[in-house]
Amino acid sequence: MSMLALTVVVYSLVTVEPNLRKMALNLNNIRMEEADVQSWLEKEGYKRPLYVQYTEWLGNSLQGDLGHSTLFREPVNSIIFEKLSHTGILMFWVLITMIPSALVIGIVSGMREGSKTDRSLSFFSIVTTATPEYVSGIIFTVVFASWLGWLKGVAKAGDVTLENFTLPVLTISLYGVGYIARMTRASMAEVMTSQYIRTATLKGLSFRSVVLKHALRNALIAPFTVIMLQFPWLLTGVVIVEKLFNYKGFGWLLVASADDNDINMTLACALVSVVLVISTQLISDIGYSYLNPRIRFK
Amino acid sequence: METLSTLQIWIWFFSSLWPVWCAIFLTMGVGYVFRARLGLFGHLFDSGVGMLGLFICLFWFFAAILADAVALYEPLEQIVMYRRKPPGVINMETGLPFLFGTDTLGRDLFSRMIHGSRFVLIIAPAATLVAFVVGITLGLPAGYFGGRLDAVLSFIANLVLAFPVILLFYLLVTPGIRETVLPNIMAGVFFLFPVIFALIFVRARYLERPLVMLMASMVIVAVGGWLYFGLAFDYDVLGRFVGTLIGDPSLRFVRIEPNELNIFASVVFATSPGVFRIVRGLTLDIKTRDYVAAAMTRGERPTYIMMWEILPNARGPLIVDACLRVGYVTILLGTLGFFGLGLHPESPDWGSMINQTRGYIRLVPTIVLPATIALASFVLGLNLLADGLREQSLKD
Repeated sequence: MSMLALTVVVYSLVTVEPNLRKMALNLNNIRMEEADVQSWLEKEGYKRPLYVQYTEWLGNSLQGDLGHSTLFREPVNSIIFEKLSHTGILMFWVLITMIPSALVIGIVSGMREGSKTDRSLSFFSIVTTATPEYVSGIIFTVVFASWLGWLKGVAKAGDVTLENFTLPVLTISLYGVGYIARMTRASMAEVMTSQYIRTATLKGLSFRSVVLKHALRNALIAPFTVIMLQFPWLLTGVVIVEKLFNYKGFGWLLVASADDNDINMTLACALVSVVLVISTQLISDIGYSYLNPRIRFK
Repeated sequence: METLSTLQIWIWFFSSLWPVWCAIFLTMGVGYVFRARLGLFGHLFDSGVGMLGLFICLFWFFAAILADAVALYEPLEQIVMYRRKPPGVINMETGLPFLFGTDTLGRDLFSRMIHGSRFVLIIAPAATLVAFVVGITLGLPAGYFGGRLDAVLSFIANLVLAFPVILLFYLLVTPGIRETVLPNIMAGVFFLFPVIFALIFVRARYLERPLVMLMASMVIVAVGGWLYFGLAFDYDVLGRFVGTLIGDPSLRFVRIEPNELNIFASVVFATSPGVFRIVRGLTLDIKTRDYVAAAMTRGERPTYIMMWEILPNARGPLIVDACLRVGYVTILLGTLGFFGLGLHPESPDWGSMINQTRGYIRLVPTIVLPATIALASFVLGLNLLADGLREQSLKD
């Protein structure tokens, strides 16, 4: 339902009149007459009512045909899956570095609220949430690529090496780390003040086993949903970082096609991202009820 | 070519910013003296983190106001002799140094950084304010009444939130969209909310005194309507009237450039669903309190309860959220600049500066630093301020 509504919005925004005219000029001849533009649009079927075009596009995409890209002059399907796999590799490494480090930071600082470690780690996470990807990425490039010369300032797609991947992965994950760590810290701190933790401590259990066995499981429920709901945000980060490091993945594709008025490609990118976001929301709901037995129906 | 040493650069930097330092210390001193009367903001002086945040925010606030007095060059002035110079190079003609170097068109990066704060400090708080008014006007009834209204509004809010922001901007902030009436329609819808909000507010307060209510409503409709048509549709009635009297038909008192209106409307569109969700959640929570039940028993009408019982009691979390959200909008504006969307290529805003200079980091590594550090520090200041406020509001 919401997927349908979103694609309608995207479709009508992509096919507004000036965009179509620009596409016609790009595809044929820049110095084309206005009358020729109109007749070309007529011929290609862009003059029909919006809902007719939309249902046609929807029907085709449901059958797996996303149309023809005007920018790459190839079917959309063949390109988009290749680019998605490049981004998938990147995201895999991002998640692998981001989630464990964020959880560890959050747990360590929430364990003893108000201590010196907590204060400095909290400050660190505020700093990371305050630096967007295009700031941290550039600062990393300046430091590691220009001054020290250790790593490269551009990343080639599909080439998984340390030199290639460190900077983009570090940049994306750093922005997310602070946010997830703060959520983990808040939920950990709340759990640590609860009655059952006091009982466990009073029973004479060691601090380590209180934290690891009693607090951890309950404290991780909130961060889990946060991580899942962060997906739209991560997608934005991916677009910025892929543009910054010229990594030819999904985000780069989105930017390139939107810049070039490539209607079918932009629609496909929008469709894919909306599907991704909504499916992660679904997973987060299911996972939440799995982790938290209280809201499960008997 | 003469250059300043690193130490000299920083001495120049601190001394040329003297009006800003004076203003900051004056404000903070006055604030400290009267801290007992300032409520939550007075408590800020007890927290180190909050003070640091306040300091950074005040720095950029005064830098934006005093930009003309502080900057050594004009932000758009191109000095072709000095292109892509490292920090500290001295302009031989005027003797003034380029403190942070120059960009690829020979514009002084320090002056551009200072002037760039103007764009951000006008658009970001204003857009956040409008987004808050939209979110509050819709979130209060959604949380208070619930039911179908809540279901519909929440569905729309979730729809917008499920949309990756970057995709939204790539679709909304384009020259193609700007040629259509869509930005005006969006702004027309969003700017309507402050007027409605003010009217409801006055109505809820002065229902027993019809004369006061009538007067206040008329003032709101007149001023609000003038601003509304002037800003959203570029139809400034007063400006046109005075303009025809003095023979200058292009005179406008209030006006936003079409591209800025487009950015503004898109940012409000992307931000208000988040505010809506928070206000709705707070309303659901506060609705169960005893004082709301007492007001209901007294027979107060719903608008009064929402505006005068629930909203004032939700102000703490809302102020904290507003600080964070101004920072978030700043990041969004930077993203727009970074992708070169919607802004004039000449404009000295931080995002565009980052985008224009980042191609030259191999030649002059420091060329991107002024804009990036300015943006990060401002957002950091807002985050620290929000953190300090939250910490202090939890104490009492």
